[in-house]
Amino acid sequence: MAAQAIKSDRIPIRTSEDVVVVRQHVRRAAIEIGLSLVDQTKIVTAASEIARNTLVHGGGGWADIEVVQQFGRSGVRAIFEDNGPGIPDIARAMTDGYTTANGLGLGLGGSKRLSNDFDIQSTPGKGTRIMLLRWKS
Amino acid sequence: MDRIPILKMGEFLLVTIQVDMHDRLAIQLQEDLTGRIAATRSRGVLIDISSLEIVDSFIGRMLGNIAGMSKVLGADTVVTGMQPSVAITLVELGLSLKGVRTALNVERGMDLLRASLGDELEGYGGAGDQV
Repeated sequence: MAAQAIKSDRIPIRTSEDVVVVRQHVRRAAIEIGLSLVDQTKIVTAASEIARNTLVHGGGGWADIEVVQQFGRSGVRAIFEDNGPGIPDIARAMTDGYTTANGLGLGLGGSKRLSNDFDIQSTPGKGTRIMLLRWKS
Repeated sequence: MDRIPILKMGEFLLVTIQVDMHDRLAIQLQEDLTGRIAATRSRGVLIDISSLEIVDSFIGRMLGNIAGMSKVLGADTVVTGMQPSVAITLVELGLSLKGVRTALNVERGMDLLRASLGDELEGYGGAGDQV
């Protein structure tokens, strides 16, 4: 059973300023559930990486920033979606050092490490959906 | 468009990043800084990031680029004031900021820049390069 969202904000991702707005929303949600400063920083950084991917690789999209609850614990969840070209080889894209857009290739693998739960679904030609979640420990 | 101010202090340039930078702003800073280094013939660049709440791979790459470009232009770069939570996150992200010198705060950063300038001058003297 997926964690239930008790609060959700949708943020469009069209420009690099929108990536900053995503960071601010994730930070707010993280503070709201009482995440430690280190955990706040981790989930905000992970969200920043994925938001940039949505913009650069996905050609823009949106993010749902949520406060979730499951089994009495709270978390911050960020779901990123785009209708871009998709990722043909997810396993390869998750590898550190793999990059297509002249980046460092740390985005996907790094974001997964910074999250407690991570999920990626992608269909070539259709788009990509990435979920990040950090629980309050 | 917004710009991050660059202050000149003697032979050094000083940058304090106090806003949550979007990517274009970061690229702008990179261009402005290299231009200013060349124009002012600065020997050192200090970038204080104590107000930055995150450093992701893009900002990390920008810091690395600035250090590399400055080096080519004859200036040393030191990044100061990184928050501990940012440092922990950066390493877990997989970024170690290789090639970027860091210091705990602005004061120590300035000491570092002055010291490297001093070493260089001493080096010239020792090698008998003085005119």
